[in-house]
Amino acid sequence: MNRRTLLASAAFALGLAGAAAAQDRVKVGFVYVGPIGDGGWTYEHDKGRLAVEAHFGDAVETVYQESVPEGADAERVMTQMALSGADLIFATSFGFMDPVINVAQKFPDVKFEHATGYKRADNVSTYSARFYEGRAVQGLIAGHMTESNIIGYIASYPIPEVVRGINSAFIHARKVNPDVQFKVIWAYTWFDPAKEADAATALIEQGADVILQHTDSTAPQAAAERAGNVYTFGQASDMIEYAPKPRISSIIDNWAPYYIERVQAVIDGTWESVDTWDGIAPGMVGIGEITEAVPAEVKAEAEALIAAMASGEYHPFTGPLNRQDGTPWLAEGEVADDGTLLGMNFYVEGLTGTVPQ
Amino acid sequence: MDLGAINPAVLAASLMVAATPILLAAIGELVVEKSGVLNLGVEGMMITGAIVGFAIAVETGNPALGFLAAMAGGAALSLVFGILTQVLMSNQVATGLALTLFGLGFSALIGQGYVGVKPPALAKPDLGPLADIPVLGRVLFSHDLIVYLGLALVVAVWAFLRFTRPGLILRAVGENHDAAHALGYKVVRIRLAAIAFGGACAGLGGAYLSLMRVPQWTEGMTAGAGWIALAIVVFASWRAGRVLLGAYLFGGVAVLQLNLQAAGLAVPVELLSASPYLVTILVLVIISADRGRAALNAPASLGRVFHASS
Repeated sequence: MNRRTLLASAAFALGLAGAAAAQDRVKVGFVYVGPIGDGGWTYEHDKGRLAVEAHFGDAVETVYQESVPEGADAERVMTQMALSGADLIFATSFGFMDPVINVAQKFPDVKFEHATGYKRADNVSTYSARFYEGRAVQGLIAGHMTESNIIGYIASYPIPEVVRGINSAFIHARKVNPDVQFKVIWAYTWFDPAKEADAATALIEQGADVILQHTDSTAPQAAAERAGNVYTFGQASDMIEYAPKPRISSIIDNWAPYYIERVQAVIDGTWESVDTWDGIAPGMVGIGEITEAVPAEVKAEAEALIAAMASGEYHPFTGPLNRQDGTPWLAEGEVADDGTLLGMNFYVEGLTGTVPQ
Repeated sequence: MDLGAINPAVLAASLMVAATPILLAAIGELVVEKSGVLNLGVEGMMITGAIVGFAIAVETGNPALGFLAAMAGGAALSLVFGILTQVLMSNQVATGLALTLFGLGFSALIGQGYVGVKPPALAKPDLGPLADIPVLGRVLFSHDLIVYLGLALVVAVWAFLRFTRPGLILRAVGENHDAAHALGYKVVRIRLAAIAFGGACAGLGGAYLSLMRVPQWTEGMTAGAGWIALAIVVFASWRAGRVLLGAYLFGGVAVLQLNLQAAGLAVPVELLSASPYLVTILVLVIISADRGRAALNAPASLGRVFHASS
């Protein structure tokens, strides 16, 4: 072996080692619909990302992009991530669904995970949480707490996820308080603090004394606090800074275990396209502390409901239930199947107004 | 449907609150454009004012100081634009857009430590018996100082542009900067002053959002209010009174559509959601339909670069 070949092979070996080292580090991308500082939805996804970093240390590199609009921009952002070597990309909003499918076709070796959607491919998994279990708890507490019997609901977009939440909350509010009425405002945004505050104010002015929200900022909490005797629930994140009043409980999204599991699967080479939909039982949906503003017996009832859903003995959509127009949907004791729930675009009996189509 | 649940007095009161941030930003931009400068950075200055005002109010515990700081912050940022466009003669459209992008990023950076913090509240003036007048008291005499300040500014700007000599000079600079220069007026200095005023107004509007209307800090919380303000100035054909009308229309329909939804009005929600934009543009276009007069009102030097040598 002369000196030149020695050098060349040394260089080759070095290059190989370098490439191997780069390959060892799994690169994980996160696409967020709002800013990390929203205190709600995106904030919790980012907590999941930080948990991945803490768990894997140097073995994993994470990148993220905040406030990505749903649409063509999302496609550009994900293409950029894939081109810069991401192995796994989490797209964390419903509206990223078609962009994910498009980009996934172009990069068959990159794994994609899409939150709350229903379109999958060989390299696209979907994952979501059964938030409607948390909504059932909110509905129960709200039904007990309201004195005006008017519950306000700030909805975002008319997608099955949101409609499910309204139905679940309404069913359980009616169960404990047959006189309850829901007033629903569609904000057509996930995140616009000023508009969310206005929506909350409009609901309060029309007599609502409990506000449920499916938008991501804490603005409705602040509006309720200002109004006085109004109760709210934290959405996506604990929003504990508004406890013990107006915030009397919350739904907390806990993505960290899922993210760690999926990144591990990529490292092990066992990643497969799956559809995950977990609820209270495995901890993907957490119920934030029920504060002392709630009477003890209501709290006990809510905790019993949480336990029943966690053990699987109770499903929030259990018959008899009718659709809004009075036609039967579920017979006595019948439980809704996941297919219907995933595509839910109708109100249950008793709700007023229509689901925007 | 239960339209009886909507209380017109309460609605009118909340529309004044909802319209105030846009009104403040728009009246500032009106003065800027009257001086012949197109500053597209309103959104950036608003959000900068929102976080600067919020941060100072939280740190000092004094919301009034927060509002002053927000005006200073908005004015400082607008002067960056002013120096770039007036002294270094950069393109106004591109620089304004850059200002918006910069403001959004910069505010997110300062705001890191202020997420979830509650600001101190500005005490409402107690108007005593006036606030107890039925209906009128709720609509007119139950607001915080900034709402009244916004209204006062509209009147002041109108009177300034219409009746005062400095107002005439400002308009002259906006109509024909070469002629104004030939008369010995300091075009660049006057424009810088107008730009700083516009920045201060936008900053105040942003701080009203973060300190009073929402009240908390979240990234990107202006959510396009600056762009609405810009549009209102144009559709109001550069008249102070119409800016007020436009801002109240937009704020009013925005609040009204939420109330109508809550009351269960049988109109498609998509249409209601779009209604603030549609109604505001429609009404302002119709009242400004006299093309000749509207074109006459647009500052002739708007957006044009000025240099004393030309």
